[in-house]
Amino acid sequence: MPAVSMTVNGKAVSGDVEARTLLVQFLRENLRLTGTHVGCDTSQCGACVVHIDGIAAKSCTTLALQCEGAKVTTIEGLAEPNGPLHPMQEAFREHHALQCGFCTPGMIMAALDIVRRRGNDLDEHTIREQLDGNICRCTGYHNIVKAIAAGAKTMAKGGARQAAE
Amino acid sequence: MSATGIGAAVRRKEDLRFITGKGRYTDDVIRPGETRAVFVRSPHAHASIRSIEVSEAKKMPGVIDVLTGKDLATDKIGNLICGWMIHSKDGSPMKMAPHPALAADRVCHVGDAVAVVIAETQAQGRDAAEKVKVEYQLLTAVVDPAKARSAPQIHEVAPKNTIYEWSLGNAKAVDAAFASAKHVTHLDIVNNRLIANAIEPRVAVAEYDAGTDQLTLWNTTQNPHVSRLVIAAFVGMAPEHKLRVIAPDVGGGFGSKIFIYPEEVVCLWAARKVAQPVKWTADRSESFITDAHGRDHVTHAELALDASGKFLAMRVKTIANLGAYMSTFSSSVPTYLYATLLSGQYDIPHIYCEVDAVYTNTVPVDAYRGAGRPEATFVVERLVEVAARQLGIDPADLRRRNFIKTFPHQTPVIMAYDAGDYNASLKKALEIADVKGFSKRKRDAARNGKLRGLGYSTYIEACGIAPSQAVGSLGCGVGLWESAEVRVNPTGSVEVLTGTHAHGQGHETTFAQLVSERLGIPFENVSVVHGDTDKVQFGMGTYGSRSGAVGMSAVANALDKIEAKAKKVAAHMLEAAEGDIVFKDGKFTVAGTDKSAAWGDVALNAYIAHKFAGQELEPGLKETSFYDPTNFTFPAGCHICEVEIDRDTGKTEIVGWTAVDDFGTVINPMIVEGQVHGGIAQGIGQALLEVAVYDKDGQLVTGSLMDYSMPHAHDLPSFKVGLTETKAPSNPLGIKGCGEAGAIASPAAVINAITDAIGTEDLAMPATAQAVWSALTRAQPRQVA
Repeated sequence: MPAVSMTVNGKAVSGDVEARTLLVQFLRENLRLTGTHVGCDTSQCGACVVHIDGIAAKSCTTLALQCEGAKVTTIEGLAEPNGPLHPMQEAFREHHALQCGFCTPGMIMAALDIVRRRGNDLDEHTIREQLDGNICRCTGYHNIVKAIAAGAKTMAKGGARQAAE
Repeated sequence: MSATGIGAAVRRKEDLRFITGKGRYTDDVIRPGETRAVFVRSPHAHASIRSIEVSEAKKMPGVIDVLTGKDLATDKIGNLICGWMIHSKDGSPMKMAPHPALAADRVCHVGDAVAVVIAETQAQGRDAAEKVKVEYQLLTAVVDPAKARSAPQIHEVAPKNTIYEWSLGNAKAVDAAFASAKHVTHLDIVNNRLIANAIEPRVAVAEYDAGTDQLTLWNTTQNPHVSRLVIAAFVGMAPEHKLRVIAPDVGGGFGSKIFIYPEEVVCLWAARKVAQPVKWTADRSESFITDAHGRDHVTHAELALDASGKFLAMRVKTIANLGAYMSTFSSSVPTYLYATLLSGQYDIPHIYCEVDAVYTNTVPVDAYRGAGRPEATFVVERLVEVAARQLGIDPADLRRRNFIKTFPHQTPVIMAYDAGDYNASLKKALEIADVKGFSKRKRDAARNGKLRGLGYSTYIEACGIAPSQAVGSLGCGVGLWESAEVRVNPTGSVEVLTGTHAHGQGHETTFAQLVSERLGIPFENVSVVHGDTDKVQFGMGTYGSRSGAVGMSAVANALDKIEAKAKKVAAHMLEAAEGDIVFKDGKFTVAGTDKSAAWGDVALNAYIAHKFAGQELEPGLKETSFYDPTNFTFPAGCHICEVEIDRDTGKTEIVGWTAVDDFGTVINPMIVEGQVHGGIAQGIGQALLEVAVYDKDGQLVTGSLMDYSMPHAHDLPSFKVGLTETKAPSNPLGIKGCGEAGAIASPAAVINAITDAIGTEDLAMPATAQAVWSALTRAQPRQVA
């Protein structure tokens, strides 16, 4: 089996994987980072969104081998262990933007990518359009939209990192 | 109200683990030595199995075993069952066909499992599954419930593919009322077939401990105890005390995770056979062809009115598609969860409903958020809206004229409504939605070439499911009480064990709020335990908006017992009579004195038992309750939808949504609003986007998220949510329940709004742009009587 090495949440990791191993399988099964979820098999739901070299990507549609040498950030890497939460994580809790929590890691990672691309002053229409790659079945998105707008604003104020990269 | 008590918008305890990626869902459970199950599924909707050849698959790398339906039968693993007996009009019992976890002789829908590969990895399992050779003899399939009775018979037990022909109400009285009616409104309705699509796919992990002869199942289930009961008592997998079912964090259910499915049965069976843990994780394609679907009714409905617009009677005839097999509670959904709600919020003297349930070669159909009540509400609220238009009466006014105004109110379809104020929610919704300003907005829209419409849905539902005696008399195989155990620790912290299960509803927060309120202790000092048959004494699980009304009532009763016992302990500590002890704000005081004991001291004294004789008062502070409700609860409200339609494309934009609901007591308004939002989104999904489409051969055309249109953020508006309150008199907390309301109310509001805008009633769900555009091109000007 081919070997692959990458940096995940700031730590150098490597492993032997089958060529067909997906990044999400490598994260969940090899590294036991189970915060990244799989909700579909056609790249629609976005539960698997992580950042690869600072850009949001669906880890269910990315081969682990494609990430050789890459810097990958998952939901587990957003806040330092025992450190404060990332403002976007806080915003999701404050605005009740999650219910079952399954889509939440992908939503937060996608939200940060919206901020990266569209800035910190996000209107409702922009957020709704930009969330096209993520599905939530619980919340009706109402509170997710509010949380992303609020989280983006806090990030601008507080000198928070755009993401953990 | 305290900062963390009843009525406070407390932020959720469970969120920290979910926003940091530390939730523990079933697929996150990794057992030492675990193997993977990969199912071989029928690509045909209807076929007999001539042969299954597994020898080549068994030789594939990493394969541990390949098992078939014959092996299952040899091991005498029992069939899955439907647990609610419905009798036909002629008194005959429903025709429940055998449903083996692996089909041995015949497959009845695309996705029916015929074999399972147990392999070291999922990839190896998939490779091997492709080497299993199944020879099928194709049979003619039927997918349309309206054609099922004339189609080739699917199950030996069910001639004409008919499961039951059921009725409720007095047909003669209804006929007489129709004969005297001034006006009759008729509607043909298809309630579109839906797929729940919880974002977490179903997962089962099974492990067998040969040393203790103990089986453990981690499972994405809404009701672990019911799952254990069925798998033990009917499937015969293991005795109940030798089977543990754990439902860890579950990523959404919406009904689809109530049921006992073949995959968990097979994983348990295989884990014992191969003596290694076995995990199955559905991929989404598999979810589409194995998770129970919802709705799928074909209905003709009629409403009779007198000259003043007073409702005289309703007559409804429905064909319900239950799919290829009878799923766990499927029989109850189009009967007692449907026809019993046909009175809506209205005083309708006579109602008669016939329901014929049929088998088809499609995935089994069972409860999906609302379960029967969205279908009933759609029938009632469409009839009322159309009748208003036909009679030239304002739809809000026609509703008002017919609202039930005094309680209790016995409907002609079993239910006895105990409390409500339907005019209050309508009035508040009219204000929030600014209905007065609608005609101006409509004119403004017209100037921009847009069609604007307004639609109401004044819905009711029966929740708090359910009084055991009542459902028992209607055929339910279980009681629908709920249990709670409150454990006070010597240091005063509290663990609440509940038989309900949370998969997004936030019970860890709301149940703790109740304890904080009642015991006057910090919210942080309470933890809530659920989802494990080894920890929780028993429970009926979460569905039917029952966790608050029934589950929390059990907690409240247990807390009453805790308080009573703690007062006894305090009386000994304070050397006072028990009757003189007052408990308030977490403190026990001797009435009229300044002598008091803090909560924590009383808890400690209950355990050290130094101040009382253990023979007179048992040490410890732990109480249980099995709470059985005395009635259903009846949440109700008014939703108003405003739409704007592009005449050229038929595309509908929802430009306003108002929901005013009466849920009785609200424990946490933030969580309740979230439940309303999510329910509305699913209802809008049904009305505008979602439908499970089968081709005539039984292939699911909408078999992936590329084909089945789930609501995205840009499909939905923000919602205006308000509350009114009448307490539920049937439970100690006055809670009615809020989980399903949005999904029940909203489809009718959307379709009423669109049909208002386009001027024709000839529109089926989902009202896609194409469907609306087609309706517009067909439309004749609406006739007003």
